[in-house]
Order: sequence, then C-alpha cells, then structure tokens
Amino acid sequence: MSKRIEVLKTYKIYIGGQFPRTESGRTYIAYSPKGEQLANVCLSSRKDVRDAVGSARSAFGGWSARAAFNRGQILYRIAEMLEGRKAQFIDELVKQGSSKASAETEVNRSIDRLIYYSGWCDKYQQIFSSVNPVASSHFNFSALEPMGVVTIVAPQNTSLIGLVSVMAPVIAGGNSCVILASENKPLCAVTFAEVLNSSDLPGGVVNILTGKVAELLPFLADHMDVNAIFYGENDAANKKLIREKASLNVKRTVIYESKNWVEEKNESPYFINDFQEVKTTWHPIENIGGAKAGY
Amino acid sequence: MIAKLTIPDFTSTARIDQVGVEERASRFTKRSLKNETKLNGLKLALNMIDLTTLEGKDTEGKIKQLCYKAAHLHDAYPGLPTVAAVCVYPSMVAVAKKALGNSGIKVASVATAFPSGQSTRDVKLRDTKYAISQGADEIDMVISRGKFHQGEYNFVFDEIAAIKEACGTARLKVILETGELGTYDKVRKASDIAMYAGADFIKTSTGKISPAATMPVTLVMLEAIRDFYYKTGKKIAMKPAGGISKAKLALHYLVMLNEVLGEDWMNNEWFRFGASSLANDILMQLEKQRSGVYQSGDYFSVD
Repeated sequence: MSKRIEVLKTYKIYIGGQFPRTESGRTYIAYSPKGEQLANVCLSSRKDVRDAVGSARSAFGGWSARAAFNRGQILYRIAEMLEGRKAQFIDELVKQGSSKASAETEVNRSIDRLIYYSGWCDKYQQIFSSVNPVASSHFNFSALEPMGVVTIVAPQNTSLIGLVSVMAPVIAGGNSCVILASENKPLCAVTFAEVLNSSDLPGGVVNILTGKVAELLPFLADHMDVNAIFYGENDAANKKLIREKASLNVKRTVIYESKNWVEEKNESPYFINDFQEVKTTWHPIENIGGAKAGY
Repeated sequence: MIAKLTIPDFTSTARIDQVGVEERASRFTKRSLKNETKLNGLKLALNMIDLTTLEGKDTEGKIKQLCYKAAHLHDAYPGLPTVAAVCVYPSMVAVAKKALGNSGIKVASVATAFPSGQSTRDVKLRDTKYAISQGADEIDMVISRGKFHQGEYNFVFDEIAAIKEACGTARLKVILETGELGTYDKVRKASDIAMYAGADFIKTSTGKISPAATMPVTLVMLEAIRDFYYKTGKKIAMKPAGGISKAKLALHYLVMLNEVLGEDWMNNEWFRFGASSLANDILMQLEKQRSGVYQSGDYFSVD
C-alpha cells in the first residue's frame, strides 16, 4: 500500500452561514513564527465586506427578535461545540506559536467566556435599563435595543480568545456582525466559524473574513449600512481613519486600547452595553396614589 | 404599413435547445463592464422601469406616493431620469394618471382578470375598456394559460386580438406567465402566438408566480422577437417582470438585450423592467459610484 497523503484543510471565509472562497480569488500564506508555511488563507476584498454586511443585515432582524433566553442557549451551544473540538484549537494555537500550556489556557478561557456571556444574555437589560424620575405625569423608562450590524477588527495578537471576547458581547446583545480575523494568526478564526456553523447560530449573524486590515478597514468603517465598529489596537492612524470614515453615517465607534484578552478582568456586561442603543419612552399617566412628580 | 401577415401553424413552432439557451444566458453574466458603461447602464435601466404595485392592499395614498417616487427617484442625485411608467390595477389608473400629470411618465394598467385570467371574454374586454377609459396608456393582459395547455391556440390568439382591438391606441403588453408554461418550447410558442395576434410587448410574468422572469426565458422571448422582426419587419418590445431586484442583474439583462436585439431596442420604448424594489437597488449603486461608499437602504425612500 502506498503512503497515505494527508488531507489539508482549505481555510475559507464565512459569510451568511456558508464557506465561500473570497470573491477576489486571492490568497495569502499564513506563517508560523518560525517561518513555516501553515496554510493558504483567503485574502478578502471589499466585495467580500459588502456581501458579509448584506448577510449580517438580513440576519439581524431574526436574531434581534429572538428571546434573550434563546440567545443565551445558543451562546451556550457554541461553548459546547468549542469544548468538543478543543484539541484541534490547541493544535492550531501551538502551530501559530503558543506554548502548549498557554494554548490550553486560551481555549479554556474562550469556552468559559462564551458561557459567561451566555448567562448575561437575559440579564444585562435589568442592569442597564431604568425607570427615570421625571417632573410630569409620565411613566418614563429607558430600555436597551441592539444597534444593528457591527463590524469588528478582531484583536490582532491572538488567534482565538480575542475574537471570542469581542464577538460574544456583540451577539449576546442581539446584534449581527462582520469580523475581520487576525491577519497573522487567522487559523483559529476559520475553524471557529465551523464551530459557529454547527451550533444553532442562524447563518449571517456572525460573518468572518480573513485578509489585510490596511486594505479592508476603510470599507468596514465607511459602509453606510453598518451601525457600529469595534477596534482594539493602539494604532493611532487607524483610529483616526475609523473615526473620520464612521462619521459619514454617525456610526458608533467602540475603540479600546490593546488588552490582554486572556485575563478575566476583560469580561464584563459593559462590553454588551457598548453595542446597545438606549430607547426612552414617555408614557402619559395620571398621578398614582399620593405620589408627587418625580415620585 | 406592414405587408399582410401570414399566420403560421402554431402546432409546429421552433423548438428550443434547453441546454444551449441556459448556457448562452449564463454567458451574458460574465461580461466585464467598465465604470462609465456601468453608470450609463444603470441610468438606462432606471429609465426602463415600470414601477409596479399590484396588491390587494393598495390604497390611493400608496399610489400617489408611488407616482411621486416615479418622478423623483432620488432628488439628492441631480440629473437622474424618471422611470418609464407606473403599473397599477385598473381601479387605480385615474389616481395615478392625475398624480403623474404632465411628467411624461406613462400609466400602465393590468387587465383581463389579472393575474389568473380565469374569466369570460366579456369580462376581460370590459376590464380592458374600463382601464382605457380611466386613461391608461398601456395595458398589461394575461393569456389564458389553461386554454394554452389544452392546445386551444386559436382561442388564445383570438383573445389577444380582441383585447388589442379594445386597446385602441394604447400599447398592449401580453403576459405569458412563463412560470406556468413549463418548458421553453411552450414559451416560444406563446411568444409567437402573442406577436402574431398583435401584441406590442411580450412580457414574462405577473410577478405572482414563482419562478418569474429568468434570463434563459427572457432570451427565448428575445430570440422570438428577433425572428419575428426578420420575418415581418415589425419591432416588438420586451418586458421581463418579477424577480429582478438587483442592479447587477438588470445590467446582465441589458447586456443580453444588446447582444440579441441590438441598440435599436436599448430604450424604454422597446424594453422595460417590471419591478418594484429594483429602482432602489440601482439608486444605491449609483450613489455608491458617486461617493465611493457602500450604501444603506435606510437613506432611500421605500416607495
């Protein structure tokens, strides 16, 4: 019998619940820190951004209308699926330069983070909503609503935990998103898309592209059908570009300084709140009981 | 005046090569269009639209709003053409006519027991005459698909001829409802019947049946128009309707039109798109070309 040839995986992008190749047909090579060739990865173009935003927009209505509890169930399901493929992720992280121990920590922390935000799905509203004191006969309350389509430049220094940490609060809050994976460590992003695809998450809620930040950032920032953009690096020129382009349709820009996403302090319901709109309702009432204005 | 037509034997019309037609139609989608051509194509497509609303829930207010949209597609973009016509039910023709005034936009009315066509000749004629009396410039009739499937081609022919007579000077569009015909052979046969019976336009679909217009079906009909033109010297117009909602697809249709019938047909007298959401997609593409930024439906009027 002849020697078996290993079947290598094609790393494709994830749009609308499917795994197309980039529209442009281009690829780039992902290298390990030692300079070994790891994989051919799609070099996405602006048209992939366009398609992904279109899918995210179509998926937004259904996803935001899901019961909060159901969104929590689905996030939990993503964690379950990730747990089942732990070994594969650890292997990919090691290939991309992590030590065995830190790879294991990163994957475990990613799973735990999904569980963490799964739990918050039906609870953050109670924390951030309010009944407001007003000086007239109105019942006045503020409630949160998801913003819509969010574009995300995934943290560039990690392959998995950064992506999971910024994606989870966005979708927990009922948004849909387009994520540009880490440029130099893209393997886990594509494998994570396979996890998403097998975990009851409707197609289009999360879309994952691989490619060059410098090439795609302008289109992630200026697309008129995008409601918010996330960026978490320290590059001043990129931040300026995002703020300028985002002003076209007054997108919300959520910009953090670079963080170590493995740390537990970098999970919080405030990350969910960053991608919510507050809707305040004035409901006319008669004076209740003896209550005075402002109760 | 055209020489007297010899009516052919409709039991033996041209047969269509299904694989060939589908292959040829798919080729039109692979042409490279440069920016300026694309821009002109988009504006031309916009000018060829029959902006349509054919719903039970249509109100006078909805029609007025649609007519305003027809004349003011996107005022933020100077120099845009208007659409070719608005297409409504007969009961709304008068409202549309008044709302459009002297804008030059035509009023097209569906008639003949649209969309099923399951009624008597008398009712269909009166339906048509009513629409004409209300001021319709164009009539969109449906053929009797049931009779067609029964092989009663003379019935279908006579019906179209009778409606054509009732139309007077209004142009008649004959809807074949290709989604109910089943094969390309039948589409070709129905096209021939309609053209010999006096249709000014042949039109694919009502928009109520899926599949509606497809590129292969439209190609079969365009070729029928071409053959009819060579045989009789008479130009017939084409209107694909239903399912064309993206600017890119509209450009593919224009490429096909240009390559099958040529430039003489590249205007809204000889080609129309029956569509409602196509206009906004084209507007978004035009705005994208102008600003360089991908657009959102939020910034364009719904209707």
